[in-house]
Amino acid sequence: MAGIRGYWILAAAAIAFRFLLFVCFPKDLHLGSRPEVATPLTSLRRLAEGYWLKQASMSPYSGSMYHGSPLLLSLLGPLTKRVEGRPPHFYCSLVFVIVDFVAAILIRATGKKLMFSRYKSLQVLDLLKPVDASGVVDSGDFASLVYLWNPLSIVTCMGSSTSPIDNLVVIMAIYGACSRISSLAAFGWVFATHLSLYPAILIVPIILLLGYGLDAPPSKLFLLKNSSAVSFGASSENKVKSGASRPTGNSIQNFSWTRVLHFMLWSFVWMCYVLFLCSISLKELGGLSEMFKKTYGFILTVEDLSPNIGVLWYFFAEVFVFFRNFFLIVFHVNILFMILPLAIRLKHRPCFLAFVYIAISSMLKSYPSVGDSALYLGLLALFSNELADMQFSFFLFCGYIGVSLLSPVMHNLWIWRGTGNANFYFATGLAYACLQSVLVVESVSSMLKHDRTLTKMVEA
Amino acid sequence: MAALFRRSTVLPFLLLLPLLLFSVSPLACGKLINDGGEGGEEGEQFAEELLLKPLPDRKVLAHFHFESTTPPSADNGRHHHLFPKAIAQLVRKFQIKELELSFTQGRWNYESWGGSDSLSSTNAKPPGVELWALFNLPVKEIDATWKNVTHALSGLFCASVNFLESSTSYSAPGFAFRSNVSNIRYGALPREAVCTENLTPWLKILPCRDKAGLASLMDRPSIYKGYYHSQRLRLTSSELYGIILEQTLTVVLQPNSKRNAAHSSLDVSIQPSWSISSMFNKKVAGSCVLAKASRILIELEKDIISKLEKMGHGDSWSNSVFDLFPSPVRVIKDFNSLPGESNSILYEYVNHNEYEALDVGIKWKIPFVWSSPHAPFHVSRFLMGSGNERGSIAISLQSTKLDEELVHKSQGCTMQVVIFQVVPWYVKVYYHTLQIFVDGRLQNSSDMIEKMQVTPSEDKMLPGTLELMLKYPCSVQSVILTLDFDKGFLHIDEYPPDANQGFDIPSALVTFPNFHSSRKYVKDEFSTDSPLLRKFQEKNVVLSYTEVLLVPLTTPDFSMPYNVITFTCTVLALYFGSLLNVLRRRVGEEERLLKSKDAAKRGLIPLLFSKLSSKIKGQNPESSNSSSLLGSKFLIIIVVLLAFLWHYFLN
Repeated sequence: MAGIRGYWILAAAAIAFRFLLFVCFPKDLHLGSRPEVATPLTSLRRLAEGYWLKQASMSPYSGSMYHGSPLLLSLLGPLTKRVEGRPPHFYCSLVFVIVDFVAAILIRATGKKLMFSRYKSLQVLDLLKPVDASGVVDSGDFASLVYLWNPLSIVTCMGSSTSPIDNLVVIMAIYGACSRISSLAAFGWVFATHLSLYPAILIVPIILLLGYGLDAPPSKLFLLKNSSAVSFGASSENKVKSGASRPTGNSIQNFSWTRVLHFMLWSFVWMCYVLFLCSISLKELGGLSEMFKKTYGFILTVEDLSPNIGVLWYFFAEVFVFFRNFFLIVFHVNILFMILPLAIRLKHRPCFLAFVYIAISSMLKSYPSVGDSALYLGLLALFSNELADMQFSFFLFCGYIGVSLLSPVMHNLWIWRGTGNANFYFATGLAYACLQSVLVVESVSSMLKHDRTLTKMVEA
Repeated sequence: MAALFRRSTVLPFLLLLPLLLFSVSPLACGKLINDGGEGGEEGEQFAEELLLKPLPDRKVLAHFHFESTTPPSADNGRHHHLFPKAIAQLVRKFQIKELELSFTQGRWNYESWGGSDSLSSTNAKPPGVELWALFNLPVKEIDATWKNVTHALSGLFCASVNFLESSTSYSAPGFAFRSNVSNIRYGALPREAVCTENLTPWLKILPCRDKAGLASLMDRPSIYKGYYHSQRLRLTSSELYGIILEQTLTVVLQPNSKRNAAHSSLDVSIQPSWSISSMFNKKVAGSCVLAKASRILIELEKDIISKLEKMGHGDSWSNSVFDLFPSPVRVIKDFNSLPGESNSILYEYVNHNEYEALDVGIKWKIPFVWSSPHAPFHVSRFLMGSGNERGSIAISLQSTKLDEELVHKSQGCTMQVVIFQVVPWYVKVYYHTLQIFVDGRLQNSSDMIEKMQVTPSEDKMLPGTLELMLKYPCSVQSVILTLDFDKGFLHIDEYPPDANQGFDIPSALVTFPNFHSSRKYVKDEFSTDSPLLRKFQEKNVVLSYTEVLLVPLTTPDFSMPYNVITFTCTVLALYFGSLLNVLRRRVGEEERLLKSKDAAKRGLIPLLFSKLSSKIKGQNPESSNSSSLLGSKFLIIIVVLLAFLWHYFLN
């Protein structure tokens, strides 16, 4: 249970490394215009254009440039102004470093809570010794360090894109749900949905988290354990004692509706708040209907066909116009389609469910970027103990490295040198989508396997 | 009896009728003649003129100018004698107040052909097609009318003007293009190829076509051989003056210098001598009989005249430098300039003799160098950056240093420049990146910009429009504006057939509102009579068009939509199938099933057979099997029902 030694040193080093990159390469990196880092939704350059348009008393959405939230515009817009003697977007980058740090801290806190609940439930099941025989990692510290030191998140932080903020609110929602603070969970969920729409599906794991509590082995196991305890003829005194002391006993039975209702209420409040703020900032500049059309509409109809690490841009650049709507529906339904089966199968592990949802949506979303991958890879590390015997992990590791090296090369060949062809770059996108799907499938299957082994251990 | 009586009364009347008719007819005829003759002042008129001008770079400018006018429509209804009916209908139907359509090939060389005289500021046009129209309609009807106008013009001139119909290709300029009116639309097609198929319908509008008069000079090979070719049509309609249709054709030709190679071989710098017949391979065979006036003018620029004056020749047309032949009828002088400066001179020839062909020309005797009047700033536009992802547009204004005396005169003077730039939507301009460099140094843009109006582009909807008014001291030598842009990626169907050639950004228009080009001639009947001279006397703002930019855009692979669709769908199916498989799997049950199977150890065929037989009998060998079978049947029925309903609703 002891944390990773020197966690704070490593975390501080990660932050210092980011600052070092700022100082050493103030202009040369050009990460802000990389398609892997900045999508039309998260590009800070586009945000600056939107801010400029707003300053010129035009709607920030006129001109198909900016597609983000009007709130970000008010928050980050003033920071995008050029300052003499400073690299462009200097202050924004500072903000993103801080945001990254806060996100890492929240991941760590979430991990601590998960560790605690895991410890508790294993203790109840008397499986602590056999399961943790091979040693246990402090997943909170580990995930937080993975998030901080992940090259993808460093690149996202350095390249001016707003996805660190999107990631932060998603993590905030998960943290809020894990620590059962309805208001924080509602805040994170509403803002994440407002910023990038896809986190809307996180409502299922958040409700499960608030209702049932943190990840635990399937409830069947506890019943099995209890019944076996009864059959073995334990003393009634002991049984009563254990029933009172075990928190898991409660979590099996009651789904705490009050927390969920609080969450609903708070989300309603926050939603009204967000809409109110948006309508204030867009007053006389287009209004809310234009905002929805230019943000959610833009996400759902995949209007921008500029290349990114996904596959949808090329698909919709090539597909016949009369099939376009059909495939738009197919791709988006694909995200929604898996919600229910996953929720049924993983309802006892809502936090893991949230991770799977995030991974799926970042694979199938219309404008994916490496920032999304940084988020789900960080969350993946939260389950490092459960997923210890995951298959293909070395293959996945190599695949991620290979794709992240090849993708810029292919992009350079196609766009800058003109010697390559769009298909080469698209191929890396396909490979990346394959890798992500293998990651999702393998993590889900190994989590289920983990539960099965626990069942076997209890039964034995 | 009665019938006879009646006949006797009718007969004298019939006898009288011819007399009556004869007595009336002279009056009628007189009236008709009056209509033809005096109607020249009141009714429809047509005039043709040709202006020839030697250019400093050994080329010759020929500017044909035809003008038809019709009085306000209420007077003479729908009938036209001279005025083209198609144009009159166009104006009436679409309530056009002003319209200008130009087809241009080649680029006007502002440096050597002049940039500040009225000829260049009205006739220098951007390459391709340019169309603007001012409507007399309420604002909400204008866009629909514009679309109709483009189609009408495209049919009328055999050109793809109808491409301007799409909202991505035209814009509604604010203050930068002409005055600040909301009912104007502007569109340009820089890629349009201009050739004889556009000229023929244009000539069809003329009353004599190219059969007689000055238009007969338009020998296709010699016209299209030139360096610049611009045919223009301008319509002005008003309640007061009726419709004025002005058609001009401006060509810059290289005179055939072989003929006088013999005696100019000693000196290459001598200007080539030319005449109408040497340039057009034709002579003027009389005027168009319907034309009120038919003139040929030769213009000599003010730099020539001032140099001649220094040599002591004055305005004589036959001197030691050159000879004009034949002798002009009249010499017309410009009076609009500062004292102590020379002015351009026009030599006029009247083309009325039908029998004697007029072959106007100039013969240079000694080498002679002069320069054309420049605009205050030379304008050019170029692209910066490499690769197909992003770049920047730069517009540079370089002082021509011609107005040094002007700068000296007024030290505190300011220069105003208005830039009007339309950018197609796939060039996504970041307007916040506008940077202004004055004499190479980055300047705070708010100090320079007096007025700015931006209409950002909408994807597949609207082109971006930038209108900018700059103000800076006259002493500035160079101003460079840069704007960053991202290149858009289009759908495979939106690329033209030659996608790898790149896309054109139409010319930007730069106007200098402080500078006007106008001339003043002595007010006599001849100068007011000539539409061309009248045109020259109008006050025009000096303007120049920049180059067309060619932006290469990245192309997807056009040949493999099917591969992309199948690959992507395969990856998706892989993900979906495997994830669902993982979720559905129950390893414990599978193991149990495997055990039971091992116990039963039945072959595949007997199993199938038993299943089939049970199905036929309607019996269920196993309860679990039956439920799944039932479920699948139910599913099939639901799917069939859904399909049926879907089909029903669709039809």
